[in-house]
Amino acid sequence: MFRSIKHSQGELITIYFEGRALSVSKDHNVATALLEADINGFRKTTLNNENRGPYCMMGVCFDCLININDVDNQQSCTTQISDGMKIKRQIMNTPGKDE
Amino acid sequence: MSDFDSIVVGGGLIGAAIGYGLARQGQKVAMFDEGDNAIRAARGNFGLIWVQGKGANNPDYAAWTRKSARQWHEFSQELTELTSIDLAFEHNGGFDFCLSEAEFTQRHALMEKMHSDSQGEFTFKMFRNDELMKLLPNIGPTVTGASFSSWDGHVNPLYLLKALHKAFKQLGGKLITSTVTDIRYKGRAFQVSTDTSAVACEKIILAAGFSNKTLAPKVGLKVPIYPQRGEILVTEKIKPFLYYPTGFVRQTDEGGLLLGDSHEDVGFDEGTNINEMQQIAKRATAIFPCLKNVKMIRAWGSLRILTKDGLPIYDLSESCPGAYAFSSHSGVTLAAVHALDVASYVVKESSLPSSLECFSAKRFDV
Amino acid sequence: MNSAEYDIIIIGAGPAGISAAALADQHKASVLVLDENCAPGGQIYRAIEKNQKNENEWLGHSYQDGLPLVEAFRRSRVNYQHSAAVWHLSSDKVVRYSVNGKSHLVKGRQILVATGAQERPFPILGWTLSGVMSAGAAQILLKESGVVCENAVFIGTGPLLYLIAHQYISAGIPIKAIIDTTPRGNYLRAIKYGFGALRSIKSILQGWRWKREILKSGTLYISNINGVRINGSDSVESIEYFQKGKWGNISCKHVFLHQGVVPEINTSLSVGCDKSWNERQACWTIDVDQYGQSSVEGISIAGDASSIAGGVAAAQRGSIATLNMLYNLDLISSNDREILSKPFKKKLSKEMIARSFIDTLFKPHLRYRVPQNSKTIVCRCEEVTLAQIKESIGLGCKGPSQLKSFTRCGMGPCQGRLCGLSVTEILAKELKIGEEQVGYYNIRPPIKPVTLAELASLDEF
Repeated sequence: MFRSIKHSQGELITIYFEGRALSVSKDHNVATALLEADINGFRKTTLNNENRGPYCMMGVCFDCLININDVDNQQSCTTQISDGMKIKRQIMNTPGKDE
Repeated sequence: MSDFDSIVVGGGLIGAAIGYGLARQGQKVAMFDEGDNAIRAARGNFGLIWVQGKGANNPDYAAWTRKSARQWHEFSQELTELTSIDLAFEHNGGFDFCLSEAEFTQRHALMEKMHSDSQGEFTFKMFRNDELMKLLPNIGPTVTGASFSSWDGHVNPLYLLKALHKAFKQLGGKLITSTVTDIRYKGRAFQVSTDTSAVACEKIILAAGFSNKTLAPKVGLKVPIYPQRGEILVTEKIKPFLYYPTGFVRQTDEGGLLLGDSHEDVGFDEGTNINEMQQIAKRATAIFPCLKNVKMIRAWGSLRILTKDGLPIYDLSESCPGAYAFSSHSGVTLAAVHALDVASYVVKESSLPSSLECFSAKRFDV
Repeated sequence: MNSAEYDIIIIGAGPAGISAAALADQHKASVLVLDENCAPGGQIYRAIEKNQKNENEWLGHSYQDGLPLVEAFRRSRVNYQHSAAVWHLSSDKVVRYSVNGKSHLVKGRQILVATGAQERPFPILGWTLSGVMSAGAAQILLKESGVVCENAVFIGTGPLLYLIAHQYISAGIPIKAIIDTTPRGNYLRAIKYGFGALRSIKSILQGWRWKREILKSGTLYISNINGVRINGSDSVESIEYFQKGKWGNISCKHVFLHQGVVPEINTSLSVGCDKSWNERQACWTIDVDQYGQSSVEGISIAGDASSIAGGVAAAQRGSIATLNMLYNLDLISSNDREILSKPFKKKLSKEMIARSFIDTLFKPHLRYRVPQNSKTIVCRCEEVTLAQIKESIGLGCKGPSQLKSFTRCGMGPCQGRLCGLSVTEILAKELKIGEEQVGYYNIRPPIKPVTLAELASLDEF
């Protein structure tokens, strides 16, 4: 369970994860916001459809890739949230395969 | 008494295909390959099985290329059955883009020539931008058109190389990781030496890329080749959107895009040049503007092994019968004929057919 | 544009980068600092400016040590460009970087690579499951956003692991368990450097204090184990540890892994710097002389980016590198360089003395660097397992480049950062040759991924 230990969250803004509205501290990056909201897994891998989430939180591992405002492959740990942002899990299908 | 029936020097796409082909014919084969830091043209690969445009001025080469394309399916299936490696082989045709009206006209003429030179065997279709949109919905507005041929296809070249090595091993072939330093012809057999040992064989096939240049004279052959660098950009994996291979942009089976290419005279430098990379990016985003926000994650330069006329070299030594030298920069396209036909010529005929005579390096003696 | 815009371009704003910048500015050199983060401090002093209030005292004293460095940096006149990802560095000292989706290029007369360290990979079964993160990630969540994870299991070894555990315990955050993978034999091996350790008694004592505090807090603490793995299908469900001949099980939803940090070498390698294998630290280091000068003219490396020595050492090396660069720029004499570098060199050698002790004590066990179970994923990006790597070695792969060709290992967006070390060590063990002989991936630009549009639209140089 991720939670904040700050006395005050500061200003809150609303972002959307797969349609669900989340009220998040405006200083958070996307990965932190989703972890706090208990989102488990940000993407499925191409080859084996594995569920992956953030690992390093510093832009090195590229496991936290997610779809933000309809653009794939966004590194959620280095992207700041913005009001009204639409986020969804990233699922890549291998060409030719029917999922 | 020879240790091996044949020895192949070089474990790249040419060497491995020949090695596999020989082992497949029941020969006892050894394949020599250098270590990790060797210059390997096989690593720098777009993965195209390309027929259109090849041998535009040499119908023999065009025919040879078509022969390989025709056999690719059978070749790929056999490899997969043997090794369980899926080569991601697709043979549904491919496009070469024309980025100006002049290019389009030129291309059309070239395609017509190839069609008539092949007595109608080679077929193609020219597409204008609006027609292209139906097959390639993301095509950019500045693309004048493209030539399409159902003769073209693509494959995962790294899996191809891996499958050839695995099949070679499974069929009893022996891989020796060592640099060949000397070859001697004695008593109708060859002595192949490295720094630490020597082995004997009845036939030797030089498929060692640039090293062919120094090894060939040892068996009375010459291989006049020179390096030309081509650079490729590789992008992150994206959702499938390109279902046909094209000359400049290809989406691999894993989802990443390969973007090419360049033709640089830089000696043996396998690095990258930022200006060339820029040109490739510009061209790719002009062809498919939807790629603007896709990220490049890797770039590499690789050396094509070229002859002055761009045609391959297939040679059999006269002074040392049983010694062959092969060189080509189309290791993927020709893999099928190398494994199935050329290996067969070496084993059964002990000579090369007249159809390949035109590819002897003697053509450079003027 | 063929002339340099800056005397010195510094890549990275951790202790090495900001110390170097402030000193260069003092000597009137023109400086540009390119920082991937949004505020100076690097990883070790991350978000230090916004964490100045007392409520964050439990972040530790060594963290607060960074504040004066950052303040000096802010007071200087250097051009500080934050949120800049450098993706190309050429030997003619041109740097290409991306800010907010737009790329720029700039030329310097001298370049300092101060890109710091990254976490050592920890390839155990299940390490790619959703819910597993590095201890560094826990630190970043805490410092950057004041976010913690309750009831997580911490696994590994090294000062950073004890630091985060200490921070959690001080702040009253419940920890499910701490699994200490420090090899028992390390304690005896480290005593050899004991004399050196005594010179740095302060940090040793701090470590012991933290450990005692962990034990006092009642947190489940398990050590001297012979294996660990993470279980779960879609995400973490439990961890298992092998101790005294049997597997123990702890159910949990989150795991933090850590077994030390290693230099981030991709930036230096992309421009052609020479590297060497460091046996004691079991990682690659970039070859530099006493002033941080690399094998490429005009390019220096400072701080953990060349070899791991910690934040205080990094600040000294940054300053020493600056003095050398100033000398190269004819802004100071060689005599000045000698005299001015003396205090930094003195402080640096003090730091380095405890280094051998710390490196030896916390050197991770080989079984956590070279995986045991064939199903373990080695290359996270391309989902390549140890089994696939072994198969390719069996097919004749003699090094990382061939392995890359046959397995795709190292071809993903992380560009080998999370698998490169493992691959070097796996090959060394399988082929029974030294790591130096095995080598590393051929690192080429881009240093970080960059969009095609940015690449295409960058001004011609």
